[in-house]
Amino acid sequence: MNIIVCIKQVPAKDAPLAIAGNWIRESDIGFEMNEPDSFALEEALRLKEKHGGEVIALSMGPERVKQTIKEALAKGADRGIHIADDQFAQLDPLATANALAVAIKKENADLVLTGLQSDDHGFGQTGVLLAGVLDLPHATIIMQIEVADGRLKLKRELEAGWFQHIECPLPAVLSIQSGINKVRYATLKGIMAAKKKEIAVITRESLGAAAAPTQKIEKIYVPTKTKKTEFLTGSPKDVATKLVEKLKFEARVI
Amino acid sequence: MKILVITELRQGKWNNTSFETLAAAQQIAAETSSTVSGVVIGKGVSAFAGELAAKDVAEVLLVEHDLLEAYTPDGYSIALKQLIEQSKPDLVLFPHTYQVRDFAPKLAAMLGKGMIGDCIGYRNESGKLIFVRQMFQGKTAADVTFQGAGPWFASFQSGAFRADLVKPHAAGKAPINKISVELKPEQIRTKPLDLFKEAKSAVDLTQAPIIVSVGRGIKAPENIPQAEALAKAIGGEIAASRPICDEGWLPMERQIGSSGQTVAPKLYLALGISGAIQHVVGMKGARTIVAINKDQNAPIFEIADYGVVADIFEIMPALTEALEKAKT
Ligand SMILES: Cc1cc2nc3c(=O)[nH]c(=O)nc-3n(C[C@H](O)[C@H](O)[C@H](O)COP(=O)(O)OP(=O)(O)OC[C@H]3O[C@@H](n4cnc5c(N)ncnc54)[C@H](O)[C@@H]3O)c2cc1C
Ligand SMILES: Nc1ncnc2c1ncn2[C@@H]1O[C@H](COP(=O)(O)O)[C@@H](O)[C@H]1O
Repeated sequence: MNIIVCIKQVPAKDAPLAIAGNWIRESDIGFEMNEPDSFALEEALRLKEKHGGEVIALSMGPERVKQTIKEALAKGADRGIHIADDQFAQLDPLATANALAVAIKKENADLVLTGLQSDDHGFGQTGVLLAGVLDLPHATIIMQIEVADGRLKLKRELEAGWFQHIECPLPAVLSIQSGINKVRYATLKGIMAAKKKEIAVITRESLGAAAAPTQKIEKIYVPTKTKKTEFLTGSPKDVATKLVEKLKFEARVI
Repeated sequence: MKILVITELRQGKWNNTSFETLAAAQQIAAETSSTVSGVVIGKGVSAFAGELAAKDVAEVLLVEHDLLEAYTPDGYSIALKQLIEQSKPDLVLFPHTYQVRDFAPKLAAMLGKGMIGDCIGYRNESGKLIFVRQMFQGKTAADVTFQGAGPWFASFQSGAFRADLVKPHAAGKAPINKISVELKPEQIRTKPLDLFKEAKSAVDLTQAPIIVSVGRGIKAPENIPQAEALAKAIGGEIAASRPICDEGWLPMERQIGSSGQTVAPKLYLALGISGAIQHVVGMKGARTIVAINKDQNAPIFEIADYGVVADIFEIMPALTEALEKAKT
């Protein structure tokens, strides 16, 4: 089974965000693999271990995303594809999906996996759009994948603790939810092996997938507070005493 | 403008966020002299169309087909595409449910359009609609506008608008118009099977007056007992954000948020929880919210009544002690 995993590189979880217009200043911060995508990668590696085939890590972004592709290769992906684009943060979800789809079409994949949502833009759309653009069946918020007789048996998460089983033919696009598995760490051996693995680089322009944007992020900003928060300061002991008093006599909840 | 609101039924009942979105649509319509049409989709759902017609809408569009009995992304997007082509709206609004995020972006793309998903509000700046959504896990908000011609697609996060503000129909009932759509079994590629719940809920957190909830700031399972000691001292139940339950550090039945439980205790203590929207929708109804987080910019502080910017490992023991002392 040949699997393409779409992996986005995003600012590190604890990176201080300096807002610059409709994006952030990228200098001085670290980047990492989008968390849901690391679960998608792990799922792809497990499926490959069970059913054979190849895992391809696909990422669009500036030069820095090569590092994340290398991490995927070190964990066991067979090769990488880098769609080079310095302006990718300005793309709307449909344009991102269009570009990824052209690269995916050139491969012979049985399964395309994405993360459910990116930690930076947080569109939560790319996987579903890919299915639309590629005209493939899809399912989202996936918490379990089994393959039997060329079909997928999936567990999909619903709201409030509910789940649903779904069957889906192959090829298909699945959006993977965080927590579906326990992700592996790259081993030293894996890191060494990754050095010999191929990363094909294509520019987004060369894919010819450009289309008029459907939406635009005008600006980003620190959200305004809806509640007036009273901050308690001092030593831990002071804070604890003050908080107990507030909860007892002001909020009257304990 | 003509605004379409796509309502959602879940297991034979209204998904109430449908009415939050209807309230948003009515508000946008009032500000932009637009009309609102409500859409009910499914099989054997005409009673729901009747209920919707009692709201302040210009009409209710009823889309029924045997193949729409159970939700499938193919069935819904093919049917709604035909509806949109027939009724020609300018703006199509959805509640941002798990079902909507499963098909709506694709529906928009089938019409060559885009969707602004998961909005928490909108602004009307002299007729131009600006949609507000979160980015960077709630650390920033973003103003987003549509580009190009409609129909435009947007979804509103649960809790963004108040369902109780939906206006009733002035004259009694709006007309119900049936829309016929063509669907063939072979167009529906996925097969929906059983719905089920996994966790046997031994604890009903919705009834707990006080909840002490831990997030990824707790770092390791060995540290959970510190939070449990605090919960005991304050007379509350322990709960957690999703990553903690994913890791198995606490059972899933203690997860708060959109995929876990929705609670409204009189006191919710958030320890090392960032305040991502999927968590917040499950607890923002709490009467008093206390957040302890070492990051002063953590979004959880936006909804906290009391905030402490500190290391939870310093505050938890001190607070447990202060609570014990206050008892004596
Ligand atoms: C469809 C979908 C459904 C989801 N459903 C849910 C759900 O039901 N419930 C849910 O909770 N999430 C849910 N999520 C996940 C959600 O988006 C967030 O990823 C999650 O809530 C983050 O959990 P957290 O706050 O514990 O972790 P993080 O976001 O990693 O935050 C950890 C916080 O701890 C602070 N911290 C770290 N160390 C310390 C310390 N020593 N002292 C003080 N503070 C510290 C950090 O500053 C940070 O703010 C869902 C996501 C999706 C896409
Ligand atoms: N630039 C990108 N490169 C590779 N994959 C991406 C990119 N953008 C989005 N994706 C994939 O789409 C998923 C959802 O992203 P989003 O729609 O931005 O929330 C991510 O988890 C990735 O799997």
